[in-house]
Amino acid sequence: MSIENLKTYDPFAEADEEDSGQTKQTQEYIHIRIQQRNGRKTLTTVQGIPKKFDAKKILKVVKKEFACNGTIIGDEDSKMGDVIQLQGDQRAKIKDFLTNKDEGLGLDAKTIKVHGF
Amino acid sequence: MDASPADEIKETAQSHSARTPPLHAALGAFTDAPQATEPQDAAAAAPAADDGLDLSLMKKKKKKVKKEDDADVAADEAAPAEGDGAIDLTMKKKKKKKVVKEDDEFAKKLEALNIEGKEGEEAASQEDEQEGDMDQGTGIWAHDETKPISYNALLSRFFALLSQKNPDHASTGTRSYKIPPPQCLREGNKKTIFANLPEICKRMKRADEHVTSYLFAELGTSGSVDGSRRLVIKGRFQQKQIENVLRTYIIEYVTCKTCRSPNTELSKGENRLYFITCNSCGSRRSVQAIKTGFSAQVGKRKKMQG
Repeated sequence: MSIENLKTYDPFAEADEEDSGQTKQTQEYIHIRIQQRNGRKTLTTVQGIPKKFDAKKILKVVKKEFACNGTIIGDEDSKMGDVIQLQGDQRAKIKDFLTNKDEGLGLDAKTIKVHGF
Repeated sequence: MDASPADEIKETAQSHSARTPPLHAALGAFTDAPQATEPQDAAAAAPAADDGLDLSLMKKKKKKVKKEDDADVAADEAAPAEGDGAIDLTMKKKKKKKVVKEDDEFAKKLEALNIEGKEGEEAASQEDEQEGDMDQGTGIWAHDETKPISYNALLSRFFALLSQKNPDHASTGTRSYKIPPPQCLREGNKKTIFANLPEICKRMKRADEHVTSYLFAELGTSGSVDGSRRLVIKGRFQQKQIENVLRTYIIEYVTCKTCRSPNTELSKGENRLYFITCNSCGSRRSVQAIKTGFSAQVGKRKKMQG
């Protein structure tokens, strides 16, 4: 005979799971931002591309495709990982590239957040 | 069930607005008819009824039609003119009249005369039109003006004031959420002033600081608040751009995801998380904290300073 109430049950198991899932999700977001430079020039930064992709290779392809220059900025604080920085407003293009299954990375559009105006 | 109060409001608003125009038109005709009886035409009785909607846009058209009526009356003293005055003139009627006109040559001469007469009359009709800026209190709206203001003018003033003072109330039917458009001024060459931020924040019921920090994070700049609580943003931004950012802010931090009502409150819950509580459906959700994220170093001079 077993008493229902006294079963071993970890009340935090679910919460932990949920929590970890959430933090994972927030970390997985890819942020595309735009920054103003002088005049009507802008920079586009792409932050949080998954580690399994090689940022250098992405940059090489993207630079050719968008006809713009760009660099990879390794963050010393290692908070944000590698950031791809492109010249000009490439937000729409880079988003297409990231979501494109045939020629791009084929990522889920939900994980991408486009910031800025 | 949850959206029922809003629906009710919508319904009442709609029914209200639907009811007003006929009443407004009828009363307009009622009040303006005596004014229009000034001796302007040969056939006075019929056009008097015609002049019912004095201030409306239809006026010019009606005047023209009336002219045609007059011409006919003058030409052959036709009976139908009175009937036309009573019923609202439609396109059909107008066409018929024109056909009649084309037939006789005399009417053409009359038409030429009418054009001359019309100009004179247009000027005359403008005199009894009630003009003036109600915000400044000029013309008919002057304080010591003794002329009775027409019902139409009063009604339009009422709605103008209502929408001005109480924008949520006057939104007819549409449940869209309205905030005043952001006013952007340029300060110097490199700074933008966002003038009506406090007003917008008040409408959204959000703290100025929260909105400000969101704006700065999204635009990737910094800025400050000046003496008259205006926001000074570094960088050139157009109104449209700020509007876009505000729109995303409203989606993210103002509207309730469950019932889409903007009637929400943002509060700091336990363990550093911000929560939005909806006042109309009672749902509660957590929102992301505002994060600046990566920002590239722009310009060498800034790097030297920083």
